[in-house]
Amino acid sequence: MNYLVIIIAAVLVNNIVLMQFLGICPFLGVSKKTSTAVGMASAVAFVMVLSTIVTYLIQKFILDALGLQYLQTIAFILVIASLVQLVEIILKKASPALYQALGIFLPLITTNCAILGVAILTIQKDFSLLEGVIFAVSNAIGFGLALVLFAGMREHLDMMDIPKGLKGTPIALLTAGILAMAFMGFTGLV
Amino acid sequence: MNQWKNFSKGLIKENPVFILLLGMCPTLGVTSSAINGLGMGLATTFVLVMSNIVVSMVKNHIPDKVRIPSFIVIIAAFVTIVQMLMQAYVPALYKSLGLFIPLIVVNCIVLGRAEAFASKNTPLSSTIDGLGMGFGFSFALTLLGAVREILGSGKIFDLPIYSEDYVTLLFVLPPGAFIVLAYLISIINRTKKA
Amino acid sequence: MAKRESTFSSMVVTLFVVTIIAAGALGIVNDLTKDIIEAAKLKAKNKAIRNVLPAFDEIKGEFKIQPETGGDSLEFYPAYKEGKLVGVAVKTYTKKGFSGLITIMAGIGADGNFTGYEVLEHKETPGLGSKMGVWFKNPEKPRRMVIGKNPISSKFTVSKDGGDIDAITASTITSRAFLDALTKAYDTYEKKFKTTPGTAPVSANN
Repeated sequence: MNYLVIIIAAVLVNNIVLMQFLGICPFLGVSKKTSTAVGMASAVAFVMVLSTIVTYLIQKFILDALGLQYLQTIAFILVIASLVQLVEIILKKASPALYQALGIFLPLITTNCAILGVAILTIQKDFSLLEGVIFAVSNAIGFGLALVLFAGMREHLDMMDIPKGLKGTPIALLTAGILAMAFMGFTGLV
Repeated sequence: MNQWKNFSKGLIKENPVFILLLGMCPTLGVTSSAINGLGMGLATTFVLVMSNIVVSMVKNHIPDKVRIPSFIVIIAAFVTIVQMLMQAYVPALYKSLGLFIPLIVVNCIVLGRAEAFASKNTPLSSTIDGLGMGFGFSFALTLLGAVREILGSGKIFDLPIYSEDYVTLLFVLPPGAFIVLAYLISIINRTKKA
Repeated sequence: MAKRESTFSSMVVTLFVVTIIAAGALGIVNDLTKDIIEAAKLKAKNKAIRNVLPAFDEIKGEFKIQPETGGDSLEFYPAYKEGKLVGVAVKTYTKKGFSGLITIMAGIGADGNFTGYEVLEHKETPGLGSKMGVWFKNPEKPRRMVIGKNPISSKFTVSKDGGDIDAITASTITSRAFLDALTKAYDTYEKKFKTTPGTAPVSANN
């Protein structure tokens, strides 16, 4: 039950992109086509889950154990940056097909604040490792959902007759605003 | 290089938020009031200036291939310092900005300026560049926060302007962030062309 | 000066040195700010306690109790004036808010009624649920007031549910959650002080 609450809260109610404003850069940057949006979402999901596990272990067994909590930001960002590199190298060797699909998105992920955000939130919310993993997976789903929905809408926007002043970024932001309004309907669900 | 031009470019012409569209997460996430926007902007400015200074000073000692990780460590250190200072001296503001303070470390503006400007320029120019970009960012966040606060809570910097009964709540809620920013960018695009 | 070459050893040394200097600098700043941060937290807490209780000289013998319904413990801060117990501040919470957790500092006076409250943390909708910070202590609207009442003499549920307190307009869920937190604080307080309902506690030292 508790796990279900975490999932619904993270995917719909507190959607990481539309309600918490994490990962806005890729949300606006790689949402012009549905296919690239799916690629980005998968890459983010992969790194998000992996980095949440690693940062959780580092927090519990190194930072907390040694009383070095103030090194959290520095430790987490280094872990995420090296993890992204590592994933890139391993993917290149082990699964060239997957690398082909996700490779170009990986370098962008280090500066995706959704990854660091979820890692820190997992610690702040005092989750167990299992809860943390579920939280990370749900947020990854929430990110993917928002990104793919938004990309689908933007594909249609290309064919629309948009007022001149709103072309480009403004209309994309307005669309995101309306999507966020739709997601607000989920508040109070859990 | 003309230092005034160096400083002023960040304010409007290369404004990190309105023109370059960098650092969108805090821009949308904390601007439910003008004071939050200003606080976030100044915290980011501090990190931006300090990391620009340090990066421009050590740039020749750092081998190219580990450039980015070294910059990230330097930035993360200053972010943590800001975190501690804010917790100590402005705990209420720190609480309302929450997660977005540690997330300054992944704000594209900071690493972007370290990489694109400070790693090629003198400490003096880098300081001015950091100040310009930082003030441009603060200006954008404060403006966005002020508009949302006026429309959504009928106040500006917490001072009431009109009755709360007539506010449009939507503007302080998450969708309002997207909508107000959309129109601000549209207006700025318009004035730029004119 | 020439740019340093990217050899393996120079890279390792550079990263190592950068990290050590950064960690050292943070250690120093941490040492300098640690006490100030603690003091700031304490000050915020004391301010909240002061706001919800009548005037007092000192807080002593603070303790924590788990509420009967389970979950995290509530914090109790007994306040004394000239050696006499004038009230107890209770840090209580509920997870039933529209957006989850709400924490509240509530004051219970020596007469067994609420003397004040302050919302410490919440994520309720701005402009709707967030009004709870002032809604339930408006002396001009007695049917909204929780101050001067307690869950035994009054029914601490919203009027829609047959209770004695008027809910915030368009925020029934937040109002129910708010009253849930206060009721939880009161019930736990009563158990601890073992008094007859609605009368003054004998002592805080049992």
